[in-house]
Amino acid sequence: MAAIEKYDLIVVGAGPAGSAAALVAARAGLRVIMFERGEYPGSKNMFGGVLFGHDINELIPNFWESAPVERALIEERYFLVSGSSATTIALRTKDFAEPPYNGFSVLRARFDKWFAEQAVAAGALLVCETLVESLIMDHGKCVGVKTGRADGSVYADCVIVAEGVNSLLTRDAGIHQEWKKNEVGVGVKELIKMPKDVLENRFNLKGQEGISMRILGLTKGMTGGVFLYTNKETVSLGFVAMIEDLAARGFKPNELMEEIKSNPMVAPFIEGGSTVEYTAHMVPEQGYKSVPPLVHDGLLIAGDAAMISNLLTGEGANLAVTTGRLAGEAVVAAKAAADFSAQGLRSYQDALDASYVMKDLKQFKGFAGYLHGNPDLMELYPQLANDFLKGLLTADGTPRGAKAKALLAEVKKTKSLFGIAKDLWRGWRVIK
Amino acid sequence: MKLEDKLFQDRYIVDEEHPHLKIKDPEACLKCEVKQCTQICPSEVYTWEEDHINVAYGDCLECGTCRVACAEFNNIEWRYPRGGFGVMFKFG
Repeated sequence: MAAIEKYDLIVVGAGPAGSAAALVAARAGLRVIMFERGEYPGSKNMFGGVLFGHDINELIPNFWESAPVERALIEERYFLVSGSSATTIALRTKDFAEPPYNGFSVLRARFDKWFAEQAVAAGALLVCETLVESLIMDHGKCVGVKTGRADGSVYADCVIVAEGVNSLLTRDAGIHQEWKKNEVGVGVKELIKMPKDVLENRFNLKGQEGISMRILGLTKGMTGGVFLYTNKETVSLGFVAMIEDLAARGFKPNELMEEIKSNPMVAPFIEGGSTVEYTAHMVPEQGYKSVPPLVHDGLLIAGDAAMISNLLTGEGANLAVTTGRLAGEAVVAAKAAADFSAQGLRSYQDALDASYVMKDLKQFKGFAGYLHGNPDLMELYPQLANDFLKGLLTADGTPRGAKAKALLAEVKKTKSLFGIAKDLWRGWRVIK
Repeated sequence: MKLEDKLFQDRYIVDEEHPHLKIKDPEACLKCEVKQCTQICPSEVYTWEEDHINVAYGDCLECGTCRVACAEFNNIEWRYPRGGFGVMFKFG
């Protein structure tokens, strides 16, 4: 199958991490082959919908001019829902509507295809519809991959595994255990189509502008949240819930999805729209604590397969791009030194540790545990905020001083002020 | 909206010869009280039918949730479909 006997680099998976790695290595003149199990890159890939642009822009300056992005996100909205009320905290800035932008809504089947094409244009060989079944190990060193094709063994000095969160290859190679139920969440999404002008009027958008909403209060206390992003002519609406919580609470994902869609505060956003795709994908949730050893003899791990994601900031795909880039650069350096041992590839770990990716992961390493240990944050707090503000803003003839006192007494019935202070303090400690 | 109507919107190339999901030991399911797979799968691939789990692998969205959820019994053999088969997202 392969045009040549041996490659410098095999990349498994043509997602954001894999294509970034292949692009960097191919640009440096390495012989690179990239395998993708889908019909085309992106055809197996799904995420909530936001790609922060900084990381790709480092690789492909002004990428938005040629990449199939949907909308430049000018608003980050937190929507705290309980019953028929919602408190909104939002930043809207026109600065994010100008280059270099901040983030884009993206549909992965289109975007990943484009990104992989950039690696191919740089000289990487892309082979689609080909599943990598196992790593070929020789005396503890990875020397190639076995694919599902006839005579499908391909050899290289180094393999970068970027196969995503399921990461069967590295699990089967004994690099990590199966993920635990508190290490991953499941994201479920519907893509809901509506006329462009309806969408733009509904969200107060012009031209290429889009918004990103994170909705709290609708996951029944489960660690996770609801998201809504605007694309050109569709809205991405979905939720993420930690698998441990979803299992313990016994909700069926599609039923939860339907409940979210019919919530009185959410329904108006999607009214009149029709679902054109239903997708699901796992999401790494624990961040730093789940990251397996990433550097091995002849082998590096990048992207979701490395469990690199940031639950607090909602970053994942952009982090994947940077891990892929750094892995690719490490392979280029290893090639120059003709040393593909773990020692020779170590610059990947060093560069990752020095980057914002690992610094953020380390800083927020307690965040998932904090959320998981405080179901009140996901349910009770949105309700308290709504009840308190609604009460305070209601003009009903009660003097406001007396009203504030009464409302505070109501809050205290549900949760002591000391308890609230403790939650806030712990939250601060976890992210500071 | 019914799940089947949603799945109808998705594009699948089903590998009729090679199911990529299998119950390793059907006996173990008899001992399993929670049958988490029948609840947690977003496309409800797994259903309990009298004495065994039926696996409608053709509806699989390839998320992997069932495999992680079946941790106590570790009874789901979860592979990727062969190259070029399975769900193919149009938008993703």
